[in-house]
Amino acid sequence: MNQLWPIFKREFAAYFATPLAYVFIVIFLFAMGVFTFYVGRFYDTGNADLGVFFTYHPWLYLFLVPALSMRLWAEERRTGTMELLLTLPTPLWATVVGKYLAAWAFTGLALALTCPIWITVNYLGNPDNGVILASYVGSFLMAGGYLAIGACLSATTGNQVIAFVVTVVVCFLFTISGAPMVIDLFRGWAPYALVSAISSFSFISHFNAIQAGVIDLRDLIFFVSLIALFLTANVVIIDLKKTG
Amino acid sequence: MIEIDGLTKRFGQMTAVADLSLSVGKGEVLGFLGPNGAGKSTTMKMVTGYLAPTAGRVSICGHDVETDPIAAQANIGYLPEGAPAYGDMTPRQFLRFIAEIRGFRGDAADQAVAKSVAKTELAGVLDQPIETLSKGFKRRVGVAQAILHDPPVLIMDEPTDGLDPNQKFAVRSLIKAMAPSKAIIISTHLLEEVDAICTRAVIIDRGGIVADGTPAELLARSRHHNAVTLTLPAAQAADAQAKIKTLSTVANVEQQGRDDGFVQMTAFPKSGALLIEDVSALAAREKWDLRELYAEAGRLDEVFRAITTTDTQRAKAVA
Repeated sequence: MNQLWPIFKREFAAYFATPLAYVFIVIFLFAMGVFTFYVGRFYDTGNADLGVFFTYHPWLYLFLVPALSMRLWAEERRTGTMELLLTLPTPLWATVVGKYLAAWAFTGLALALTCPIWITVNYLGNPDNGVILASYVGSFLMAGGYLAIGACLSATTGNQVIAFVVTVVVCFLFTISGAPMVIDLFRGWAPYALVSAISSFSFISHFNAIQAGVIDLRDLIFFVSLIALFLTANVVIIDLKKTG
Repeated sequence: MIEIDGLTKRFGQMTAVADLSLSVGKGEVLGFLGPNGAGKSTTMKMVTGYLAPTAGRVSICGHDVETDPIAAQANIGYLPEGAPAYGDMTPRQFLRFIAEIRGFRGDAADQAVAKSVAKTELAGVLDQPIETLSKGFKRRVGVAQAILHDPPVLIMDEPTDGLDPNQKFAVRSLIKAMAPSKAIIISTHLLEEVDAICTRAVIIDRGGIVADGTPAELLARSRHHNAVTLTLPAAQAADAQAKIKTLSTVANVEQQGRDDGFVQMTAFPKSGALLIEDVSALAAREKWDLRELYAEAGRLDEVFRAITTTDTQRAKAVA
């Protein structure tokens, strides 16, 4: 635990040491706005809720989170700081978790900065703030899921572009695994258990469930265990790379 | 304090380090020499726990690097090849980060950073991003993070690479000053560095140790060890060469012509013989107009070339 904090602090500060943090946050907020107001026609729905706003979160994360996660390990490997970091007297899990939490906290910060839209709906009408809060929690958890996948894949390579592309593809599969186009592919021949297992990996269905306003334990467990699984894989991959 | 036993590392078909055993005690500064690709860096990476060995074990102050890495790493200060550091941080932030990871908190962290900064003379650049610093300062930031916790074991991969002669002198003085209380391994290409600071030199080639001894012992292997070089006018050269050859202790004499009317010649001794007295007595008797007369200690680069292989030789051996 003692070493997790300095690693978290360094990683979090690193976002702000370069224009990365500012560019990311501006684009994140801008894209949120475009999706909500132009694609989702927020005003035309005439509802004082944030349903439209949250609907596009999975698709935004799909591209923005890999952009954030690709550098987590790939950059350390390329610049050689990986060697420095891994020869410090720190348990590997603390390094992995510390770096991951910093990235997650940064995503959380970007998400928190969307609060003007929450103020707007409260100004315009009387939304169910409980639902909105649950949706924010769900969105944050989902971002954590994407990030854990990205962090793990970033550890496999020293090339950030490869890390980005592979992460987008894997995240895409997790995003749409519940959609009809995927399920129909399996439904004809695969046993029901497999089909439902595949569809249960869908980020969208878990996120939609939370968006309905209830944080079901099952959805919570899904995201938390997915994050734990990929972080464990992250530790294992780095450990395997040690054996050359 | 450093015990390396049967250390082996294979990458696929390629054996980078082969059954290397070595032990370094307190007060020793071991110079790790060898051609590029001989396995120096790979060995250091295994000693510090960055790479896992294929076979063999490393123990640091009694802690096995594989089974008890954290305790071992806490006793090591490591400067990796190329002195990597986070370029967007300033040396102050970076060293503070290292201090916190190493378990220093609050005032203790400040003091550890201040001490390390003073030793490496970084005070002037403490608040500039590391990526904007010159190569010399970057290297010193790397050294500063390695010595920050005053570790009993120091592993430095080319600590003076890219430094100018003044900076080299400063880093060497620093290493020398720390030497009595630590076990130190430095790798280097610079043979004069071995002479300057090492108490022991180990030459490795193709993953194995090919020479291990004090710098003086290695020098004794040189053809130039105890040879005498003298410079005198070209007119006296032929006569001098013939007369020197007649000395009972001389094996042979080689001449190098120069374009300033002088000739330089080197007399090589029969094994173990000390030549300088005989040659200087002869020169005095014959009244040669000597410009130079000196005994050679030996040449490390000659020893190095004689016992290591070139990269083209190694490539041929593989093919």
